[in-house]
Amino acid sequence: MITMTIDGKKVQVEEGLTILKAAQKLDIKIPTLCYHPVVEPYAACRVCMVELSLKGRTELVTACNTKAAEGMEVQTASPRALNARKLNVEMLLARAPAAEPVQDIARSLGITESRFPVKDPLEKCILCGLCVRTCGDIVGAQAISFTDRGMERQVSTPFGEPSEACIGCTACAYFCPTGAIVAEDIRGRKVIHDELLLGPTTAIRIPTRQAVPMVPFIDQEACIHFKTGECQICAKVCDREAVKYDMQDEVVELEVGSIILASGFNSFDARRIPAYGYGRYPNIITALEFEHLVNASGPTGGKIKLADGQEPKAVGIVHCVGSRDENYNEFCSRVCCMYSLKFAHLIKEKTKADIYDFYIDMRCFGKGYEEFYHRLLEEGAKFIRGRVSEVTDFAASKEEEGRLIIRVEDTLLGMVRRIPVDMVILATGLEPSLDHNKLAKIFNISCSQDTFFLERHPKLAPMSTFSDGIFLAGACQAPRDIPDTVAQAGGAAAEALALADKGTFALEPITAEIDKDLCAGCQVCVSLCPFTAITYDKEKGISIVNDALCKGCGTCVAACPSGAAQQKHFRDGQIFAEIEGIFFV
Amino acid sequence: MQEQKFEPRLVGFLCTWCSYTGADLAGTARMAYAPNLRIIRVMCSGRVDPQFVLKAFREGADGVLISGCHLGDCHYKEGNYKALRRHRLLVRVLEQLGIEPERFRLEWVSAAEGVKFQQVCNEFTEQIRKLGPLNINGGKHEQRQA
Repeated sequence: MITMTIDGKKVQVEEGLTILKAAQKLDIKIPTLCYHPVVEPYAACRVCMVELSLKGRTELVTACNTKAAEGMEVQTASPRALNARKLNVEMLLARAPAAEPVQDIARSLGITESRFPVKDPLEKCILCGLCVRTCGDIVGAQAISFTDRGMERQVSTPFGEPSEACIGCTACAYFCPTGAIVAEDIRGRKVIHDELLLGPTTAIRIPTRQAVPMVPFIDQEACIHFKTGECQICAKVCDREAVKYDMQDEVVELEVGSIILASGFNSFDARRIPAYGYGRYPNIITALEFEHLVNASGPTGGKIKLADGQEPKAVGIVHCVGSRDENYNEFCSRVCCMYSLKFAHLIKEKTKADIYDFYIDMRCFGKGYEEFYHRLLEEGAKFIRGRVSEVTDFAASKEEEGRLIIRVEDTLLGMVRRIPVDMVILATGLEPSLDHNKLAKIFNISCSQDTFFLERHPKLAPMSTFSDGIFLAGACQAPRDIPDTVAQAGGAAAEALALADKGTFALEPITAEIDKDLCAGCQVCVSLCPFTAITYDKEKGISIVNDALCKGCGTCVAACPSGAAQQKHFRDGQIFAEIEGIFFV
Repeated sequence: MQEQKFEPRLVGFLCTWCSYTGADLAGTARMAYAPNLRIIRVMCSGRVDPQFVLKAFREGADGVLISGCHLGDCHYKEGNYKALRRHRLLVRVLEQLGIEPERFRLEWVSAAEGVKFQQVCNEFTEQIRKLGPLNINGGKHEQRQA
């Protein structure tokens, strides 16, 4: 540790720290422009001038790259330091009069005008080279550099042409202290609905603002580090050293007594119904996207906006997208009616828009649900009974121009209607999750006709499966809303706990047994057993069934040539008797 | 006229996890299907000993059905593959005994396929109805019909 004095205050700092960082420890502000904590300091702007006394000698140094030393005395605002700083700022102001941070520093130093001639009143670049060092040291792309000399000096790509080395990361723009490089110049795109799910974002991010767990992840495809091997800024700024680039997916083996499957659902992909125009028109969004849009911590701060930032005047909510449709899924997704009503309510609350709900049947099945539907009717949402045939931007009249037109047969009026709206929300249904079949194979559980996991019994064992110790919870078994899922999950957890609490497990009394007097030791059964429950006793020359491993399928029994193997309760004799008895009727 | 009156008697060996549950589903869903199949529940289609099939034919069955889980879905991993292998071999034995291979059928019906169970039952009954009653030496068919 080193003891030094800054503006009369003593401070202890680690060896190798710069004066700037030592001053930060004491909360003493030294103005900077070209300094960035993750980039090696370069002292280009010379705004951070301080006066330094060491062993009786005084000198002017830049705080950002001068290392602290034992016994140093630093004055950040001595007349000599301020004079030097003022002169430097005046020169910067002449160089880049349009740069706001330079103006701010100049104002704080009492400078109103520069004594030096201004070449370009719109110039913002102070030629500090932070962008160049970022591109070279941090990003590792080395796409930009200083070109020319003297008055013509500027930051540019080779020959001022679009550079192949540029990876379009826009880090230069992000780091530029004066805003001389603008990201929109490079990418020039507007972003609202296209990236609604994530909003304008970074390679390291928290997936959504209400993600569980609330932990960021790195998108390897977008991360500069995985492109050039450099950067690692996120690791540098993380005090907890939580960012690791060499982390890999790992397979963890756990020994457990019971398993609860809660693998959830997948939202129906609205692109599969081309007539609804999802993905083609900007203001057609899915329910999940609307949920994100309307979220108070979402990209628009909870304001309901169209792609151009305007508030919609009319919103259409299309029910049963991908549900109750022979072409896609025949089953009812159960939750869409109620969340559509919620959307309608939120839109009513936040905007003055007219709301049209296009439904086949309103399925308000739960406690208080029907009452909510009536509340919406009273609030003035318009409910049109009929399946939407098409959403188009083809205008048939003047008032339809520039809007989305929903074509629907109003089955209550008995006529086809065209309803112009500004925003369409598709109430997409629920489907089994993408790796559903894989999971079913892994856990050896069946799927019902709608391809959700099959429960042991729809009424008596709704959370059990045919495999003992494996339970189901939530939308992996059938489309479910939150109250139902919570109830089922509680039930599944209780069943799993009951198993664990008992500590013992009752085996089915239907295991196979081998009559040691009849067994000839042929070992046909040994090779047939899928559970390796049968072993061959060499000394006795017979096969033996391990009761704990035997699941009682009876395959060995059917194959035993001597009739030595028998399955309890399914003995050959018992089944023969059944066959005889079955014809008495 | 006699053929009109002929009601086939069929025996079905159904595995408890898929086909028996599927049959149960057909029942609870109140699907109507031919009442000719008499069901014997076994834990797995792999439990069906060829003797059971022969015994059923001898006791007076006009057709025998074995039904289990779809291949790859077996509750016991691979019991239905064993059933498949045995079925192939047994059909050849039955042919030599003068029993048409159509009388011995193997089907995969999952626990969710109540509709398929209904179809299988109806189809199989119609098929055997067309074939007519089974007549084998030593069989108890005539005795039962009388």
